[in-house]
Amino acid sequence: MTGFENFAFSFLNMKVMAQYLPQIAQGFVLTVWLAVLIVVAGLASGLALALVRSFGIRPLNWLIIFVVDLFRALPPLVIIVLLFFGLPAAGLGLSGFAATWLSLTLVLMAFSEEIFWAGLTSVHKGQWEASRSTGLTFTQTLRHVVVPQALRITIPPLTNRTIAITKGTALGSVVGVSEILGASQSAMSFSANPSPLMLGAIAYLVLFIPVVAFGRWVESRFAWKR
Amino acid sequence: MRNAHSSPPIVQAHGLWKRFGALTVLKGVDLEVAEKQLVFIIGPSGSGKSTLLRCLNRLETPDDGAITIDGINLLSPKTDINKARQRIGMVFQSFNLYPHMTARQNVTLALRKVLGRGKEEADIAARHALDRVGLGERMDHFPAQLSGGQQQRVAIARAIALEPRVMLFDEPTSALDPELVGGVLSVMRELRESGMTMVVVSHEMAFARAAADTVIFMADGEKLEEGPPAQIFEQPQHERTRSFIRQIDRH
Amino acid sequence: MDDFVQAFLNLDIISQASPILWRGLWQTLLLAVMVVPLGLIGGVILALLSTAPLRWVRILAAGWVDLFRAIPPLVLLVFLYAGLPFAGLDVGAWGAVAIGFFLNTGAYYGEVLRAGIDSVPRGQTEAARSTGLSQAQTLAFVVLPQAVRNVMPDLISNTVEVVKLTSIASVVALPELLFQARQAQNVTYNASPIVAAAVAYFLLLWPLVRLMSRLENKAMAGRG
Ligand SMILES: Nc1ncnc2c1ncn2[C@@H]1O[C@H](COP(=O)(O)OP(=O)(O)O)[C@@H](O)[C@H]1O
Ligand SMILES: [Mg+2]
Repeated sequence: MTGFENFAFSFLNMKVMAQYLPQIAQGFVLTVWLAVLIVVAGLASGLALALVRSFGIRPLNWLIIFVVDLFRALPPLVIIVLLFFGLPAAGLGLSGFAATWLSLTLVLMAFSEEIFWAGLTSVHKGQWEASRSTGLTFTQTLRHVVVPQALRITIPPLTNRTIAITKGTALGSVVGVSEILGASQSAMSFSANPSPLMLGAIAYLVLFIPVVAFGRWVESRFAWKR
Repeated sequence: MRNAHSSPPIVQAHGLWKRFGALTVLKGVDLEVAEKQLVFIIGPSGSGKSTLLRCLNRLETPDDGAITIDGINLLSPKTDINKARQRIGMVFQSFNLYPHMTARQNVTLALRKVLGRGKEEADIAARHALDRVGLGERMDHFPAQLSGGQQQRVAIARAIALEPRVMLFDEPTSALDPELVGGVLSVMRELRESGMTMVVVSHEMAFARAAADTVIFMADGEKLEEGPPAQIFEQPQHERTRSFIRQIDRH
Repeated sequence: MDDFVQAFLNLDIISQASPILWRGLWQTLLLAVMVVPLGLIGGVILALLSTAPLRWVRILAAGWVDLFRAIPPLVLLVFLYAGLPFAGLDVGAWGAVAIGFFLNTGAYYGEVLRAGIDSVPRGQTEAARSTGLSQAQTLAFVVLPQAVRNVMPDLISNTVEVVKLTSIASVVALPELLFQARQAQNVTYNASPIVAAAVAYFLLLWPLVRLMSRLENKAMAGRG
């Protein structure tokens, strides 16, 4: 075998790839599910926390800030491992999927809260005053005047952060989730050939290249406006 | 003074005190405005003019004093402040239009959310208000597509669409290029002619001479002098008033 | 409550495990000191390529950046560690981590620095060149310092992410903090060592996280 044939046999082995394609396709579906659940729950809870914070209730805000700081400072893998291996000791066993989902949701919640909050505070004070002077309540002002403006300014950093955190779904493989990486790793050990890993990498590219390109577009679309 | 004695004052503020930390910005200011009257407030920067206006809409809460507007006790905790604010229009130096909404949407927001009007009804009121400020044609423009003068006129339309009893203007033309000032002032003059009660903080002395019933000179958080425009401008009693007017007139 | 303390905050177990936890922390710091400069070097190279005068160079650089922003770092690491040996190229755990972080982190630093270079007005370059500075000198003394200052919050934030990311080295058995904590947990059947590791990460990174959120709030307020 030539060097290239050798390489192709190892990394682009069509026979092995075909054999494990279904398994990795399943992993692909699982990754997409996990990612969607993380994005929905993470962004919703992040926005909710930012809105609660805007009411300015002191002790509550300290709590929010601490929780946000905590999940911004801890590595996601540490949180996953802690929830998966630690919680059973408290009589609360989580599946690998649930532990990964919960961990990354908390991380996205923390990061998005911070971004939403910065967006809310970036809206000029005059906007609040103009709105309140026409009789709109605090909540109406928040909803109709401040949040729409805040969203605009938060969308680029939010997109980038969301992409980065969703890629963390691969960490689920550490706690036995058969998402793309998990599925390709077990296929690799069965077949003693790294082609499934190659296939897994391609699956990630198929999934995330469009998202990254979208992020780039969003950034150029929103960054220098206003 | 036209109409000044025909009805009880619609704005009654008494003994207003306001402190920001160690700084005392209002030192027991009184203000009375009769219906359909235009009160014009002048004074050096930092003398508390904006703070006084903002108290009249309770964007600031005075530390002491009483404010009654159109029979409503503005400082009572029992007063529904959002309801009261519909009756008190406010126009800001920096326009504060909502940048994510068209001119029409800027006007209809409070009509729909505060007065609970339906979409059609609100749209009609918005068109009427925007026509009044001469911007009926620009209903669907965003603030960024309008000149400063046009933006300020939309802001006035946003306030008058709620049919307020009193309008407060905080330096409405100070952020405008000179050639755009006239348009805003003529809208204000038209409002005044139609019988709106107005409190105006501004440096437009010619407008004050022509349109004001009463001119107030404020300095260091106090009302130093008050009278008809002719008296304040031609025979000011206080040396500070005199030098202030001399400075402004030089421009 | 007592059960909870026994399971998660068991001081006996933590003190038993403390020697290997300290060793893990040391390795984590060592890793950080290695991978942050590697990523920065990769980032500067990519940022310069992304702002090069030649269009195809810029496109290639952007494609490279997007490629490594799309691949999860753990996938890259597993590939380098477990896949490359099949091609007769065994780089070991440290080698895999070094290459992986150079590629992944470099892409992120590259994006940040590119935005920084873009934020420096063209007039700066023109002024510098008009005084006779070479292109390289202009970059080094005029453009890059301003670029770095303009994107300082993002650089710090990215660095925090890199330090956090070193925890994935545990997957390729590099004995850093998380790996050692897992080992200790396996031996003692108790989660306290992992809690201790989490506390260590938190104490290490909290000051930077605080600093970051201050800078971010300021940057956004300026934009609004
Ligand atoms: N929210 C605030 N906090 C602290 N100081 C304020 C605030 N608003 C106004 N001030 C201060 O009060 C003084 C009067 O301000 P203002 O009423 O705006 O004066 P004017 O409108 O006459 O220029 C100024 O010294 C100003 O800095
Ligand atoms: Mg003022």
